[in-house]
Amino acid sequence: MSRSLLFIPGNNPSMIQNSDLYGADAVIFDLEDSVLMEHKDAARDLVKTYLEQLNLLNCQVIVRINGMKTPFLKMDLEALSYDYVDAFMIPNATHGAIEYITNQIKELEQTRQLKKEIQLIPIIETPYALLQVKEIVKMDRVIGVLFGAEDYTTNMSIKRTKQGEEILFARNMISIAAKAYNKEAYDTPFTDVNDIDGLKEDVKLAKQLGFSGKAAIHPRQIDMINELFSPSQEDILFAQRILKQAKKETKGAFSIDGKMIDTPIITRAQKIIIQAKLYGLLGEPND
Amino acid sequence: MIKKHFTTTEAYKVETYHKIEPVYSVIQDKLVFNINQVLDQLKLKDNMTISFHHHLRNGDAVLNKIIEHLDNRNLINITLAASSLFPVHEPIIKAIKKGTISKIVTSYLNGPVAKAVSQGMLKDQIIMQTHGGRARSIETGEMVIDVAFIALSCADKNGNGNGKYGNNAFGPVGYSIADMMYAKQVVVVTDHLVDDVFYPEIEAKYVDYVLKVDSIGDQAAIVSGTTQITKDPIGIKIAKNTTKILDLLGLIKPGFSMQTGAGGVSLAVASEVYQIMKERNIKGSFISGGITGYFVKMLEEDKMDQLYDVQCFDLEAVRSYRENKNHIGMSASKYANPFDSPVVNNLDFTILGATEIDVDYNVNVTTDSFGYILGGSGGHADSAYGAKVTIITTQLMKSRMPIIKDRVTTITTPGDSVDILVTERGISINPKRVDLINQLKDKIKLSTIQELQETCYRITGRPVKIEHGDKVIGIIEYRDGSIIDYLYKK
Repeated sequence: MSRSLLFIPGNNPSMIQNSDLYGADAVIFDLEDSVLMEHKDAARDLVKTYLEQLNLLNCQVIVRINGMKTPFLKMDLEALSYDYVDAFMIPNATHGAIEYITNQIKELEQTRQLKKEIQLIPIIETPYALLQVKEIVKMDRVIGVLFGAEDYTTNMSIKRTKQGEEILFARNMISIAAKAYNKEAYDTPFTDVNDIDGLKEDVKLAKQLGFSGKAAIHPRQIDMINELFSPSQEDILFAQRILKQAKKETKGAFSIDGKMIDTPIITRAQKIIIQAKLYGLLGEPND
Repeated sequence: MIKKHFTTTEAYKVETYHKIEPVYSVIQDKLVFNINQVLDQLKLKDNMTISFHHHLRNGDAVLNKIIEHLDNRNLINITLAASSLFPVHEPIIKAIKKGTISKIVTSYLNGPVAKAVSQGMLKDQIIMQTHGGRARSIETGEMVIDVAFIALSCADKNGNGNGKYGNNAFGPVGYSIADMMYAKQVVVVTDHLVDDVFYPEIEAKYVDYVLKVDSIGDQAAIVSGTTQITKDPIGIKIAKNTTKILDLLGLIKPGFSMQTGAGGVSLAVASEVYQIMKERNIKGSFISGGITGYFVKMLEEDKMDQLYDVQCFDLEAVRSYRENKNHIGMSASKYANPFDSPVVNNLDFTILGATEIDVDYNVNVTTDSFGYILGGSGGHADSAYGAKVTIITTQLMKSRMPIIKDRVTTITTPGDSVDILVTERGISINPKRVDLINQLKDKIKLSTIQELQETCYRITGRPVKIEHGDKVIGIIEYRDGSIIDYLYKK
């Protein structure tokens, strides 16, 4: 469960070298859009070498590979299907593409006797994929989906705005589909890296729509995303009170501070505490 | 005079301090409009020592002009005692090559002159002092200045003046106060003559000549290097961790004092500290050293009582120095001379940078890892000694070069004065500061400096040791005048 997923260009050694320092819950090493055609080989080698040699990352390791229609997909999969990769992010996802890629990875995993299964995070960035999102998200290895609003709006021939009214329906559809199958929904990046106030509003909206995290294209976006996707101290304290009281209660419903507490509220409190633990918000020693 | 070698940072405490007598002017008619005329009257000779301040930083035009004339007069073996030298001073390389300048005494130099000196172009040696050490050496007569050329943005015909007014105002004249009092002859160089100067920092009683020129330089070029808060996420991470340490140590409290450099990370620390001050309604007592617009903001928003300014780093600081009575100028001696109960001794903490730091916490800000001069102590060693807590902030590697060495290429500041190292991959505390370790060990993850070094080596590999040549081209003086290290020809 990642709050923030930071894109790191696969051909940028200084950013790769520091990729574990930015505080993102997940790092996405990008071999696709941020890498020019003539640098694809170098980027693949660089990311592979970094992951093999240094093993510094204490976060989810994701690699955005090149898509089905490129000659690079197979090389990306062959080079990087190893235990040090947690998930591949798949651009221009379709149900067929995910099926094909899953089979390719399975073969490599078996041949190489990997210890774990590599997960998939398809990017929903075409109208066609949006219509297929329910089918895509319920696939076996898919742990969540990322909304790619830039390509989506281009494909829809609509103008992208900071307010995002034009992508509201797509966002709703993606988050609902993901939640329906108990998967993660990751929101599209906010592209103005200098507008931290705009980012704040965008993250609040994404959280309100049911997304579990958001992609970032610059390290300076990470703190804000992490903060807003984390439960507040007030929420944590209230959740702790609910769970403490629930242990004592024999009835299905009870009240705290005049508010009715029943099963859905207790479940939400449990989720808040799980998140708080995961993100180190329960007062444990930190660095 | 044979110089002693550095022993400890406290060695000065057992020495007696004897100031020489100030030198007063007996000249009545001081105003001169022609540079050759003033140079004739000074009776300049070979082997003299002439001094300059660096308040105009990379905008200074006075030093180059004077050296050009000395060169034209075929003088030789001049010692150039400039408080700092910048890239703008490149033209003096000609005088170095010719032998007009044979020796340099300074606290900081970078740019082409630094490269030329590193390559062994000086006939004699370079002596690198701290800002406090320079004032000390002049006051004691250890460094005798024959002629001090003091650029002022505003002066009267008698030599009263300051850097507050005029088109090229630059702020306080702190680095020239000792030169003014103890040089055998003093020349004020100004491009803005006024009838009266009401609050002179340079006083007529010490001044022999006032040279009126068209321009002393370019005020806009005072801002050299970064004086903006860093936007680099790694720099910000280091700054946040530094601030966290300051907070955990209880150093951000009412009446606290601090000094930081003007670099992006230092200013980011100041910015983080300032946020805490606002949130908790804390007012500090003073900020000292080089002053930037950010510190001015803290003063004007009533979050600091005073700024003790030895040099302005930007024009906002210059404006504030002119207008705000709580923005106070100080001499380099009052700032950092170990024998003058300096302001740095009252600092609660200082945040400093490093080009290299070694496993004994010695810091180098004088040369790069190849031995080329790229800076100098300035007030680094002074404030590191004086402050109760000295924090070095640096990235663990720059490009592919590890910053933590087994031994720094050049010692600028001894490890005894350095307490905490904050990097992007961890924090270490000098084992000698057991008190700080005990205060922090349960609250924040600490590493040994060797562990940080190993972490770095995992990424960069272990670097090959770079050997220096045999020829000594200069010495690094600690603030008490002892030799703490040598510079070698590249």
